Amino acid sequence: MSEHKITLTVNGREMSGHAEARLTLVDFLRDVLGQTGTHIGCEHGVCGACSVVMDGKPVRSCLMFAVMADGHDIMTVEGLEGPEGELSPLQDAFWENHAMQCGYCTPGMLIATHTLLQENPNPNEAEIREAIGGNLCRCTGYQQIVEAVQMTAKKLRAAT
Amino acid sequence: MKAASFDYVRVASIEEACQALADGGEDARIIAGGQTMIPLMAMRLARPSLLIDINDVSELAGISVDGDHLVIRAGTRQYDTLASETVKSQLPLLADALSHVGHTQTRNRGTVGGSLVNADPSAEIPLIAQTLDATIVAQSTRSQRTIAASDFFESAMATTLAPDECLVEVRFPIWPSENTGFGFHEVSIRDSDFALAAAAAQTTLDGNGKCQKLAVAICGASPAALRLTGVEGTLVGGDLNDDAIKTTCANIDDLIDPQSDVHADAAYRGRVAKVMARRAISDARDRANGILA
Amino acid sequence: MPDTNASPEYRYITKKRRVTEDRRFITGRGNFAADYNMPGMLHVAMVTSPYTCAEIKGINAEAALALPGVRYVLTGAELFENINPLLSGLDLPKVKRIPLAHERARYAGEWVAAVVAETRHIAEDAVELVEVDYNPIEFVIDPEEAMLPDAPLVHPQHGSNILCDKTWVWGDVDDDFESAPHSLAFRARWSRCSTVPIETFVVTAKWDEGKEVLDVWASIQMPKYPEQIARALSLPVNAINVHFDVDVGGSYGLKRGIRQTVIVSYLTRKLRAPVRFNEDRLENMSGGEMHGPDRIFDMEVAFDDDGIMHSLKIKATDDAGCYPGRAPLQLGKPVSAIVGPYRIKSASYTAISVTTNKTSQEAVRGFGQAPTNFAIEVMVDKVARKLGIDRDEVRRRNLIRADEFPYRIPSGSEYDSGDYHTVLDKLQESAGWQELLAKRDAIRAEGKLAGLGISTCLEPSGGNSSFEPFFNPKNDTTTWMESCLIKVDMLGSITALMGTSTSGQGHETLLSAVIGEVLERDPDTIRGVHAESLGALPSNSPVGSRMAIMLGGAAAGAAEKIKKQLLEIAAHNFQLPVDRLIYDGGDISVDGDPDKVMSWNLLIDIAHRQYHKMPLGSEPGLQAQHTWEVPTGGALPAEDGTVQMYPCYAFEAHIPLISIDPETGQVEILDYHMGHDCGTVLNPDIVRGMTFGGIAHGIGAALYEKFEYDEGGQHLSGSFMDYLLPSSHEIPHVEMIKHYTPSPLTTFGQKGSGESGYLGAPAAIASAVNDALAPLGKSIETLPMRVRDIEALLNGQIE
Repeated sequence: MSEHKITLTVNGREMSGHAEARLTLVDFLRDVLGQTGTHIGCEHGVCGACSVVMDGKPVRSCLMFAVMADGHDIMTVEGLEGPEGELSPLQDAFWENHAMQCGYCTPGMLIATHTLLQENPNPNEAEIREAIGGNLCRCTGYQQIVEAVQMTAKKLRAAT
Repeated sequence: MKAASFDYVRVASIEEACQALADGGEDARIIAGGQTMIPLMAMRLARPSLLIDINDVSELAGISVDGDHLVIRAGTRQYDTLASETVKSQLPLLADALSHVGHTQTRNRGTVGGSLVNADPSAEIPLIAQTLDATIVAQSTRSQRTIAASDFFESAMATTLAPDECLVEVRFPIWPSENTGFGFHEVSIRDSDFALAAAAAQTTLDGNGKCQKLAVAICGASPAALRLTGVEGTLVGGDLNDDAIKTTCANIDDLIDPQSDVHADAAYRGRVAKVMARRAISDARDRANGILA
Repeated sequence: MPDTNASPEYRYITKKRRVTEDRRFITGRGNFAADYNMPGMLHVAMVTSPYTCAEIKGINAEAALALPGVRYVLTGAELFENINPLLSGLDLPKVKRIPLAHERARYAGEWVAAVVAETRHIAEDAVELVEVDYNPIEFVIDPEEAMLPDAPLVHPQHGSNILCDKTWVWGDVDDDFESAPHSLAFRARWSRCSTVPIETFVVTAKWDEGKEVLDVWASIQMPKYPEQIARALSLPVNAINVHFDVDVGGSYGLKRGIRQTVIVSYLTRKLRAPVRFNEDRLENMSGGEMHGPDRIFDMEVAFDDDGIMHSLKIKATDDAGCYPGRAPLQLGKPVSAIVGPYRIKSASYTAISVTTNKTSQEAVRGFGQAPTNFAIEVMVDKVARKLGIDRDEVRRRNLIRADEFPYRIPSGSEYDSGDYHTVLDKLQESAGWQELLAKRDAIRAEGKLAGLGISTCLEPSGGNSSFEPFFNPKNDTTTWMESCLIKVDMLGSITALMGTSTSGQGHETLLSAVIGEVLERDPDTIRGVHAESLGALPSNSPVGSRMAIMLGGAAAGAAEKIKKQLLEIAAHNFQLPVDRLIYDGGDISVDGDPDKVMSWNLLIDIAHRQYHKMPLGSEPGLQAQHTWEVPTGGALPAEDGTVQMYPCYAFEAHIPLISIDPETGQVEILDYHMGHDCGTVLNPDIVRGMTFGGIAHGIGAALYEKFEYDEGGQHLSGSFMDYLLPSSHEIPHVEMIKHYTPSPLTTFGQKGSGESGYLGAPAAIASAVNDALAPLGKSIETLPMRVRDIEALLNGQIE
């Protein structure tokens, strides 16, 4: 079957590659574009390790073929930091609260919580748990992740 | 879990989609959100020869009110439907049910039409379509036709949609809001899982608090969502008191045909379907009376 | 006993400190096994057996090999001829295991052939073209049926489905039962589940023809991994180089992956290209063989009118699946705490490991302790209920007292330290035990079911190899060690090498804090590094909740040696004995003469560049290594099996409040309180996080997770749609209180905490559910307690 040229804006930069139609977006990001921060946990849309932001919304990149994303805007975990590598307040809060252990689900968690805070800068605990409800973690029991988001929201509120 | 190979085309209009379906052969499939289709392809349980991507078809997205119907174009995202003020005010039953559909991320891609076409016996959107007697509009190069929900859902994962038809929109009748209330209850193992059983109800009470109109349907206990017309008939005209609801709901055994799977056996589904029906009708009554938000 | 962590005051350890490893994870710069790309790398996908048990008559790979991009199809027959069978923990010479099915496929999903292609996609396409001629034969699924004389044999050459059936008796069990006024017996069941990491097992092997070295990158957590690879391939161990700096995406005991590794290692040598096998989730859940204990407990306890337990009989029948793996040994480790935290003076233990035609087990977090603790705690609650004594009170009466430590249990292990009553007191007070009971009763008054659970459990930690000779006396091994090598470089920064992998436990952070503590140097100047196996010192890998103790101890030991070297350099230069010197922050001064000081920088300069100022005969540079045998280790079990299993015992108590919807069987956890004592806590955030994670694993095992098989032996839970992992909705907020009873055996008094939460949570949830069911006169002794299980129990009983 034919190869398609796929061009995405990834973390603000235009990136292109070629792929069969059946190559998923996550495989394209990782193997063709070399952005290995996004992870694969299940390939059937349950675990959320593959979460990325597409056109401003969090989606599962294993549930999209790369061709379907052609022309769209993608943000991955690599796009959270500043141009000089400065950590975002959310990333820093994840570090401060040790909101991870093995780090495998962490990119997906950051995407889910980053997009939550963009839409809702003052989420309560239920809203935080709802936002990460589609991201499975086997290490942390979720609590220190929730605390990291709460700390970030507080920091952002204090800054405004 | 890599899908088998397929061809891909992105279309820009309904007409193009229908033409691609007609030309594509029996294994051509439309892909919208892909939240159900792609996992099946990853497991190689689905192997379309051609995927017709309709995500760019702007005429397939949108929510509007057309007279006394709420019209949702088939490619409208579940997220947009859930967030829509129109849906919240005109069809609160659908808005409530949608919060149980998948997760934030799957709702960002999944579409209302996709859920209808998938026709999962435990899915919420087909349940609401059945409950409210929605009509579904489908188009092909041959014709456009309107299908009643009761004729659309054939069996588990099967609809009467022809292989060359593309879903265009679903039309939900809007009930007058005065003295009208909805109820929705589902049992699932984890918060966002498919329902083991679910029930949706909507009722309008008359000036004396008696039930004037009632629609109730359950899913998870039959191959497709099941309208409980017998329950409706028994309860209409009465005052929907707890005993009446409980007794009526207890007697639906001959209608249901639940299946067993790894999550629950048929007997469990049958029992809890009745409980869900009872709770949904009670909530509908309480909302119609203004005592439940 | 201390109420605070810092006693005496430490500089770095016990204090909040950011975890070094987190820095790369939050920026998506982890180095996971699938992140390495290599030119010319080939990919493996597995042909799996659809049958529960079948003879393999032939494999036809012609069509598969004809597909463009396919390089090879490896069968069990070829492997059988070319590699050595894998080791088993038991003495079972007739049960040979090679990584692919050979002549017979013994469970649904077993890997029968490995297809190798240029991409994983093509490999999967080719898998569909491989034709296997199967002859399905009879099988056995139920472990108790498998033990019957006429049962189909999983391994006919072994002659039976019983891998081992041993009984140990410690103390006068029969007499104690005879003389006790009461006894009760019941059966409990811990269903097959596992800790299921989000990352599957991934391994890449690359044979370097020039150096004749096999490089391996894997998501691995396994003692003696390079050795086992070497043995299977008949290579010397120094031809294997495992890259332990691969970040492992969660393991919790499971990622042994020796079959996967041997397959790709064999292939890379054959095909002269790097070969990767990245399990997909379907391969992982069945053929990956990472299922956990699957256990039937037959329990008997003898007790008196006050609820004091006198004696205990445990029979544990474990369904190992079709190959022994670690499963039988997973029956042995719980002997280390066979009476739990209780003063029970005699005990008997029967361990039966049975083969069935199912996926094999692997070591799961706790190595059998969580199921055993569950069975023991159900027992304690039953004793309480039988006598009408409060469940917390019965525990108080039986818990070993603080003044009884060290306490030797009947099976020979000595519990190092503990203050169980204080932890329980603190927990009940902090949780508001009476208020929770009132809350429970209020919910009951509204028509729902509600229960308050309690569990008090131990986490044996530190590891030991003693369960190996315990089960298999022919395997007379007693070495269980960890190493650390420290280098202080010429410009004063410090590097510490560990010889094993990490899967989220923060070992780099541990190293820098511990070494910083001993050398009194800022941990930010100390880097923890994973050596490759060719450069690594002996290690037993992060299993058995051991690294805080063992890596911490090895690092501290090496740091002490560095400190000693520095003091000797200073002594030589001051021309004074060492006992006249004061070491402070790396600088060394003369006691009583503060102007006479040699700075850290000066001392290092001497060590690295000024040999003329070094003590006679000393080694140039500043480096030291320490390899440390586990404290209390080094002894073989006695005839009757008594042996010190693990050195250190942490304690945990859990109090969950739950409600149950009586019409649907859904359980909601309303409150969760936990008390934890693992001695000195080296990094509070790490221990707290691991405990929360352990509780989440435990809630999963208690309410959601099961590898389900149908009567035909087909595996029904092979994906995440069917094996249900708890999300942030199912795991509650946990309130945790801490207590700190140091261990006398370890460098800083730290005990292990790698399994904390998991070892006590399932028991606590079961306790809560049974409390909710008690007013109805019902009980449940099988995990998981799923909605349909609870509803079926209640069905017909509720108006």
